[in-house]
Amino acid sequence: MRFQLTEDQRALRDGVRGLLARRFGREALWAAVDGGGLDRGLWRELGAAGFFALRLTEAEGGVGLGLPEAVLLFEEAGRVLLPGPLVATHLAAGTVPGAATGEAVVTAVGGGGLVEWLDEADVVVGGGSGAVAAGAVALRSVDPLTPLHRVSADVSSARPDDPFVLLTAAEQLGTAVRACELAVQHARTREQFGRPIGAFQAVKHLCAELLVRVEVARAAVYAAAVTGDPVDIAAARLLADEAAVRGARDCLQVHGGMGFTWEADVHLCLKRAWVRAERGGSITESEELLAEELLAGAG
Amino acid sequence: MDLAYSPEEEEFRGRLREWLAKVLPSLPPKPSPDDWPGRRAYDLGWQRTLYDAGYADVHWDASPTMRLIFLEETEKAGAPYVGANFVGLLHAGPTIAAEGTAEQRARWLPPVLRGEEVWCQGFSEPDAGSDLAALRTRARRDGDEYVVTGSKIWTSHAEVADWCELLVRTDTSAPKHRGISWLALPMDAPGVTVRPLRTLAGSTEFAEVFLDEVRVPVANRVGEENDGWRVTMVTLSYERGTAFVGEVVACRRVLGEVAREARANGRWDDPVVRRRLGRLNAEFRALWRLTQWNVSESESSGGVPGVGGSVFKLRYSRVRQELYDVAADVLGPDALDLGRGWVLDRLSSLSYTIAAGTSEIQRNIVGERILGLPKG
Repeated sequence: MRFQLTEDQRALRDGVRGLLARRFGREALWAAVDGGGLDRGLWRELGAAGFFALRLTEAEGGVGLGLPEAVLLFEEAGRVLLPGPLVATHLAAGTVPGAATGEAVVTAVGGGGLVEWLDEADVVVGGGSGAVAAGAVALRSVDPLTPLHRVSADVSSARPDDPFVLLTAAEQLGTAVRACELAVQHARTREQFGRPIGAFQAVKHLCAELLVRVEVARAAVYAAAVTGDPVDIAAARLLADEAAVRGARDCLQVHGGMGFTWEADVHLCLKRAWVRAERGGSITESEELLAEELLAGAG
Repeated sequence: MDLAYSPEEEEFRGRLREWLAKVLPSLPPKPSPDDWPGRRAYDLGWQRTLYDAGYADVHWDASPTMRLIFLEETEKAGAPYVGANFVGLLHAGPTIAAEGTAEQRARWLPPVLRGEEVWCQGFSEPDAGSDLAALRTRARRDGDEYVVTGSKIWTSHAEVADWCELLVRTDTSAPKHRGISWLALPMDAPGVTVRPLRTLAGSTEFAEVFLDEVRVPVANRVGEENDGWRVTMVTLSYERGTAFVGEVVACRRVLGEVAREARANGRWDDPVVRRRLGRLNAEFRALWRLTQWNVSESESSGGVPGVGGSVFKLRYSRVRQELYDVAADVLGPDALDLGRGWVLDRLSSLSYTIAAGTSEIQRNIVGERILGLPKG
């Protein structure tokens, strides 16, 4: 058993981390918040780097890697709050022309009949595409970096156990990591009463719990990527949602009044985490799946 | 990144499973919690059985993954836990193995493995629990002996222990983390008095130990004089790193039992109960994965378990308490009956956020040593 990143996996993660740091640093994040719209250039660059074709075979023009590697990419994307229907486009590679290379932007009908980035998407997966766009109603999305539409009822949302849910959980994990980093950085540097606030246990303990949630979620997400087991995926989803949403809340608390301003990054983490928590379908379904499994006796 | 075990590891698992199936049915019944001589005999007997079959030193010599498999399989099979051998096998033993002289290893390690001697842990004092370095038990040098005076508290298994891993202050003028030494104290030495303490669960799991001019040979000191704090940190890293593997497996078994009880008595129809059980399933599955991650990491680094154990313990101790709270919810009024299963376990679980370093101390460790936040 070597439940650790391999050298190749580390290199892959570092590679995508480097690309995202260059192309989607904090300035680019804020330019996106102010400017809106999806950066097609960046989308094609991600395609060229193999972000969407990662799991296609080499014969299909892909990279020939698996879910564990995909999870590492999506964690990095979640860490920099990269906007766009990344998971839907990744899952469409191989079936929707142009998705693999990043030429096409593909979105999907997610949990609760919500569709992200509908106006920017070339293709909508699920719920009979063309008809979806026709009856869609725009929401005033809580997340400035995720435009949302609601479509009519009879569209199936994600099952609690499919790759859509797992890769979303990986994004949540990345955002939880970002929230933890932001909180720790602030706690180390912000001074009150003549010392860094991270020296106070009340603040230090918030940061420690942020990390605990990250590490528990990480173990669950990586394991689910290795096994592909539906119950593992459901567990990963619950823990990653909690790590991201609760983590962003605690990060905001660590930032104090500054955390409640538009200028701090914290609210972007929280709002994206909320959007993704809905994307995976109802949390109750995941919990019920996990409860049923207890009676199955596999434990 | 994989979760597959090697053929060698699978072979070990298969052999162990077969052996457990053969040996467990002939085991004597478990003694009652307050029958300490009975518990000592039972736990030492199990250790002797392991020794005869070649499994005794799995905690020391086997690879971390083999240890994980051992703990997983023994717990799944319902084998006895280390029990009274806990300190000897998991704390004092590894510490002596790492820090002791050849003579010390030869004197103390074999009887632990063979199931002949029980150890207890003399660390905590009334005013030195979480602030362990504030300990005041003094050892004055007199020729080739130390003369020890003071008291220890919350000492598990003290009633039936042969030896105590004892922390004493050998230099009262040094800063508090220095000036501490690690001694092996024979519990039958003149001047040692043990007074059992009753826990809130009603049993006598631990005791107070009073030391009145107790003479301990200098040869019983492990590590250098006044270097006991460093030796202790070696002990504690073992405590947080590997001590909980079997318990996660046990919790997953209990969770399944609670779910089946809920279905039997109708509580399953309450969606709130089902959702809580589902969420706990997610928690324990994740804790098992985190265990595998930590074990894999310590295997690849080859060192002693790291501070990652604190991350694990923080979540584990809280979730284990939640497990028994849900169990009580499922039991309803029966949760007030000490005769029912899980009720005593619920009471015992209250110690998990306190014992082996409180959750507050663990959060300081995570905050300072992993996240690099300034000390308060």
